[in-house]
Amino acid sequence: MKLHVLYFARLRERFGRAEETLDFDASTAADLIAYLQSRGGVWAEELDGSRAFRVAVNQDIVALDAVLPDQAEVAIFPPVTGG
Amino acid sequence: MKIRVQSETFDLGTEVDAMRAGRTDIGAIASFVGLARDLNEGSGVAAMTLEHYPGMTEKALAALVDEANSRWTLLDVSVIHRVGRLLPGDPIVLVAVASSHRGEAFAACEFIMDFLKTRAPFWKKEETPQGERWVEARTSDDAAAERWR
Repeated sequence: MKLHVLYFARLRERFGRAEETLDFDASTAADLIAYLQSRGGVWAEELDGSRAFRVAVNQDIVALDAVLPDQAEVAIFPPVTGG
Repeated sequence: MKIRVQSETFDLGTEVDAMRAGRTDIGAIASFVGLARDLNEGSGVAAMTLEHYPGMTEKALAALVDEANSRWTLLDVSVIHRVGRLLPGDPIVLVAVASSHRGEAFAACEFIMDFLKTRAPFWKKEETPQGERWVEARTSDDAAAERWR
């Protein structure tokens, strides 16, 4: 399955990219996070659970057990700080 | 309902006038304007840059307004949030709520702001004498949203 993954704010800067397309069989958001963590370095630091992050699937914030549909737009970002 | 995400500034008076133009059923308009401050977490802030998630931002703001409409009887709601680089004193966000009576307008305005702070995908980066830094989310903002449950 194909996933379009977006990163914002601190995560965009630390990962050195705003987006990428992954061809990857993930059934849940947690699977995707585990895969990204396995890249090591800043990916592991940011996504191993020691720092808070949020995941949105098709522009709705979801829990990590959310199922990822094929062609999903998945965004990973720090807790929001607008207003 | 008006929801706008923009780099340009806005004017509270203009927005309130637009809300009440041509109608006489509105008895109350409550509004909130958030401003960029020159001090945060003990250091000076020369400027800030607001990043957002285009598409999701508008969707999240519309969902907040829908939820406010389901809780209170409202006549109109405007939400404007700026993005890009802002200087101290610049307006960041505006929420204005029109209703028949003040109670609903006050409550809905505060509700929308509390949820905007925790759900709308905006991020602030500050320029300080020590360099640039991303603003960290505050647990007090989570607590403020939580009390509406």
